[in-house]
Amino acid sequence: MPNMSLQKNPMPSQEPEVRNKNFLEVALGYTEEMAVDEAQRCLNCKNMPCVKGCPVNIDIPGFIKEIANRNFEGAYGIISKSSSLPAVCGRVCPQETQCEGKCVRGIKGEPVAIGRLERFAADYHNANFKGEPEKPASNGKKVAVIGAGPAGLTCAGDLAKKGYEVTVFEALHLAGGVLVYGIPEFRLPKSIVQREIDGLKAIGVKIETNVIIGRTITIDELFEQGFKCVFIGSGAGLPRFMNIPGENLKGVYSANEFLTRVNLMKAYKPDSDTPIKENKRVAVVGGGNVAMDAARCAKRLGAEEVYIVYRRGEAELPARAEEIEHAKEEGIIFKTLTNPVEILGDDDKFVSGIKCVSMELGEPDESGRRRPVVKADSEHVIDVDCVVMSIGTSPNPLIRNTTEGLETNKHGCIVTTDESGLTSREGVYAGGDAVTGAATVILAMGAGKSAAEAIDEYLSK
Amino acid sequence: MYKIVRKKALNPTVTLMDIEAPAVAAKAEPGQFIILRTDENGERIPLTIADYDREKGTVTIIFQIVGATTEKLNHMNEGDCLQDFAGPLGRATHTEGLKKVAVVGGGVGCAIAYPVAKKLHSIGCEVHSIVGFRSKDLVILEDEFKACSDKLCMMTDDGSYGTKGLVTNALKELIDSGEQYDEVIAIGPLIMMKFVAATTKEYGIKTIVSMNPIMIDGTGMCGGCRLTVGGETKFACVDGPEFDGHLVDFDEAMGRSAMYKPFERRKHEETCNLFKEVK
Repeated sequence: MPNMSLQKNPMPSQEPEVRNKNFLEVALGYTEEMAVDEAQRCLNCKNMPCVKGCPVNIDIPGFIKEIANRNFEGAYGIISKSSSLPAVCGRVCPQETQCEGKCVRGIKGEPVAIGRLERFAADYHNANFKGEPEKPASNGKKVAVIGAGPAGLTCAGDLAKKGYEVTVFEALHLAGGVLVYGIPEFRLPKSIVQREIDGLKAIGVKIETNVIIGRTITIDELFEQGFKCVFIGSGAGLPRFMNIPGENLKGVYSANEFLTRVNLMKAYKPDSDTPIKENKRVAVVGGGNVAMDAARCAKRLGAEEVYIVYRRGEAELPARAEEIEHAKEEGIIFKTLTNPVEILGDDDKFVSGIKCVSMELGEPDESGRRRPVVKADSEHVIDVDCVVMSIGTSPNPLIRNTTEGLETNKHGCIVTTDESGLTSREGVYAGGDAVTGAATVILAMGAGKSAAEAIDEYLSK
Repeated sequence: MYKIVRKKALNPTVTLMDIEAPAVAAKAEPGQFIILRTDENGERIPLTIADYDREKGTVTIIFQIVGATTEKLNHMNEGDCLQDFAGPLGRATHTEGLKKVAVVGGGVGCAIAYPVAKKLHSIGCEVHSIVGFRSKDLVILEDEFKACSDKLCMMTDDGSYGTKGLVTNALKELIDSGEQYDEVIAIGPLIMMKFVAATTKEYGIKTIVSMNPIMIDGTGMCGGCRLTVGGETKFACVDGPEFDGHLVDFDEAMGRSAMYKPFERRKHEETCNLFKEVK
């Protein structure tokens, strides 16, 4: 008999007033009892709508059944057939619009907590599994993967499992991409990312850090070196600014810079050499998940007041509901329908305030969301000493500028022929944010997965 | 890991190191830079490439001890390894078609001006080098500049060596004496580049400057290195590091480059025993 409770088992978490002062993980994870109880809420539907909502098609009812049967390692085995990074996805996937959004239990009450169960199975495996993963026999074919983020790592993992000799080239000093430089420790502990990467290394994936494709070596040279295929998963790393006066004042950061200083360079730790400005009042401009991450980091670094400044309404915030809720609990102040027009500075050119106008919602625009229009005589100044611009990123131009015959669109995104990720160059595939522009970790993983299949098909001919 | 194969003090505050980094050496060109980290907790700092040896697979860096990381770097010795060394980054100096160029170097900036002068000399360009230092004991790379310059003006602020005066005095004199340059390339402290650009602007001579702002990744990701050039925001790491000196907003760049000075001083005081109270 399934558990007919209308609510999910709540996630044990650190208290808001405690966690907004530390960088430890917010969500603590289910106990075995909670996981089994939650797993029993699954009705094991025949048509499996949840699986259709998953970009990497995990057999969701299958793994949940194993949890209900207390076969936790078996549950992990099922997930890992489809996902290279289960402990990561269980934490950062927007389940509410994917698997859980399609769950039948969600029609009346809350859906099954699929994400939390996935995380539970992955954490159980990581804590308890002691054996060595099996290294597949090599087929002798070399594939190069550019970028050690979610798309690249997934593609590398899938190809390695099929026997390819995969080398991942990473520009930074550490593999993980946005998982290490962008998403903060309190949402995704870096030890978990490292463990997933170690798992890939154990099955034979080589990772070369400090290699900037387009500078240290070009794609054409990779082919000369004997690589048969190249997958580009270089992400969308170039930050956008608003082009308003005062953006180059001291104390204005792109979200990328702010988060990289905190997450990759560990500026919050006393033994890190990388500095970050100490701020009392911070305005984060933007309403996405990255903005929530930046705001919550600013709070943890000791800022007294942290604002989210967003030009549309609360209902239009693109961030996940869970992230917005967490941010509010931690004391982040939301200034929606507010748009910056200028950043103000003091005599020493440090930020002293942000001049904004109030907005109201007009007719829907091409995105279907109601267009914000400026309210007359609504100019006002919010006193802040730091501004973080979190209004999106574009693909990095380095690869497209150094690879002849690689077609890109007007936004700088690499053009692919279809879902396989094949680009305008033979043997060159691409996926993730480099193709779509800034999107989610799981969509990038899905693209890496499809490309791995297409590469295998191409090289098996 | 990237081994330090040679270390040489050029003067009390400037050090040269050859670093084993074959992949970087294979591609390095004058004007480009690298990003390094000394150790696991180190910050990422950009340094412009001073020279390279493709056969030996080494890249030469020359740095002035100005902050925590260069201090740490200076404490490392031959045989030690740097944690990270990535590059070459940025665009190479544009040298094609240049027939006569004045290369202006100031202080440790001469370390970056030198490979540019050398490259220009190697392609048959007439090179007039003007190098400036505060005093005689800080002079670096004199022989190297002599070897690749058709004319060399040595300037010191205090007159203890060469001619007393600023590089702009020498540059102005050369121009006034009738020398006609296709381009002036100025590399040194921001304040020097600002005044070189102001000088050449009067004469309408194209002037290139090399910017070295605070960066993290060096690949276009953080935007920390942004500058205003001709009213537009540019990223030094991917759009530069060289820009038209007549268009760069030097005052803004000077402010931004000093942003973390208070932090660094405090950090230094925390670690330096001289600042600690006697227990």
